[in-house]
Amino acid sequence: MKKIVIREEYCLGCRLCEVHCATAHSKSKNIIKTFKSAQGRPLSALVFEEQGYTTFALQCRHCKDAPCIESCLTSAMYKDKHGTVLHDTEKCVGCWMCIMACPFGVIKPDLKEKKVGSKCDFCTGREKPACVEHCPNHAIILKEYR
Amino acid sequence: MRHLIIGYSVAAISAIKSIREFDKASEIVVLTDETSVYSRPLISYFLAGQVMKNKLSFIPKDFEEEMKITVRWNTAAKKIDSKKKTVSTADNEIIKYDRLLICTGGVPIKLPIDGYFEDISGIFTFVKLGEVEKLIKYIEKNKIKECVILGAGLIGMKAAEGLLARKIKIRIVEMADRLLANTFDKTASALLEEKLKESGSEFLKETTIKKIISKAKKLEALELSSGKTIKTRLLIMAVGVRPDIELCKGTGVAVNRGIVVNTKMETNIPGIYAAGDVAEGREFLSGENAVIAIWPVAARQGGVAGANMAGKITEYDGMFPMNSVTILGVPSISFGLTNPKTADYQILLSSEGGRYKKIVIKEDRIVGVVLVNAIERAGIFGLLIKQKLDVSALKKQLLLDDFGFLVLPRDFRKHFVTGEGTEV
Repeated sequence: MKKIVIREEYCLGCRLCEVHCATAHSKSKNIIKTFKSAQGRPLSALVFEEQGYTTFALQCRHCKDAPCIESCLTSAMYKDKHGTVLHDTEKCVGCWMCIMACPFGVIKPDLKEKKVGSKCDFCTGREKPACVEHCPNHAIILKEYR
Repeated sequence: MRHLIIGYSVAAISAIKSIREFDKASEIVVLTDETSVYSRPLISYFLAGQVMKNKLSFIPKDFEEEMKITVRWNTAAKKIDSKKKTVSTADNEIIKYDRLLICTGGVPIKLPIDGYFEDISGIFTFVKLGEVEKLIKYIEKNKIKECVILGAGLIGMKAAEGLLARKIKIRIVEMADRLLANTFDKTASALLEEKLKESGSEFLKETTIKKIISKAKKLEALELSSGKTIKTRLLIMAVGVRPDIELCKGTGVAVNRGIVVNTKMETNIPGIYAAGDVAEGREFLSGENAVIAIWPVAARQGGVAGANMAGKITEYDGMFPMNSVTILGVPSISFGLTNPKTADYQILLSSEGGRYKKIVIKEDRIVGVVLVNAIERAGIFGLLIKQKLDVSALKKQLLLDDFGFLVLPRDFRKHFVTGEGTEV
């Protein structure tokens, strides 16, 4: 299956991945509408890290034995047949067991709505994840595994 | 071959999935004294009215068919005969097994308080769904507006959350000097206590119930160790749970606090396994056996037990206590050893604007973490504990809000982020 690989040595820190991730997961799918909407800046499904000049974007690793799925009290966190770890907001009660269990810290809580706010869904339905597609320096790439 | 499983919650479900991964053919029979599968931690959400009864299940509707298992509802196991390899039920039915998994979970601890009788109406525990349904009926019928919760541990606080959502004022009676005393210190507790006060509730610390006063089998009042008597019509007994090891008596299955298991989740009797809140498996930090009654541990142990039952040798490497609790809108996550009793630990603290972080370090390794109102990226701390990463060079960054993978040593993060295995 295909997995997202991040290469921090190529990351320019432009944060376009974040912008396009949020846009891809917005209702309008339009950058301007997404970022200028009345609801304020949306959450992207990746975590952008920055320490001095070193930067990279980290998104759900879609673990084989995903600890977030094991910890989920409601089975809101689940794996589809492609091995993508997905999240069902209907079932989520916001217990934050997944936030506790995820060793990468890539699940973001929406404390107001008491639901997982955002989590990488591998851009299910798109040909290529938005972060991969829009990274100008190939710091985020798709790689085939096994 | 027949796999027999006693109990049908998360440990059992994980075990079944795991057995079926390696063994498609053997028979799997489940005995449960319940009438449905439900996620036990959700009972507080059910009490609050946030999750309906039909949404309490955490398995697909067709799970039984898909896994080809037979579930015997409402069938309590009564006795294990490890020589004949049979289990007898409450109706004296005798069921043979080849491999047995005990995942009977925990039962609420009932304190021998003066004046306490099982049949007094108005006293409830908060562990099983059936009990919570009775509690809801009682609240509605008697138009309950206030209550007393005995115990400010996890169960007590979860009960508090559900009751507060029903606009019921609570008084929490607790022996310790703080809420969630197992994991929280006074600073962490103060953040919750403030919220409790705002909700019009009261926290009676360093207090116990001396006597339960009832009239015509109805709860009327409680006499406290402080000398005060408080009127109430509802008492939640939330002093904790203990492993339900009743079945093991006289079977030769070794028990301590819980059923003692090895790293294959097998008891001292070959072919008999235990997992979940009833089991006493390896605790990661101490290396010794301990009962860790939390969901993820039950899920992991069940999975390991199932694999071994199906003949696929799998080792359980041990877990440590961790939990995520949100009370009155205050989210908190804790890991490991958070209140060390000796002086050979270093403690890093930050407390700012209602956000509290505490990191407990021993010999440059993190062994415990408490995060209140600051749970973002919490799981990374769990990883650092598990991997025993030397944090001597990054102590300053651990408490900062931009703490993340980039502050970790390059080799370490590369291995986890781009290495093989669970990672990319």
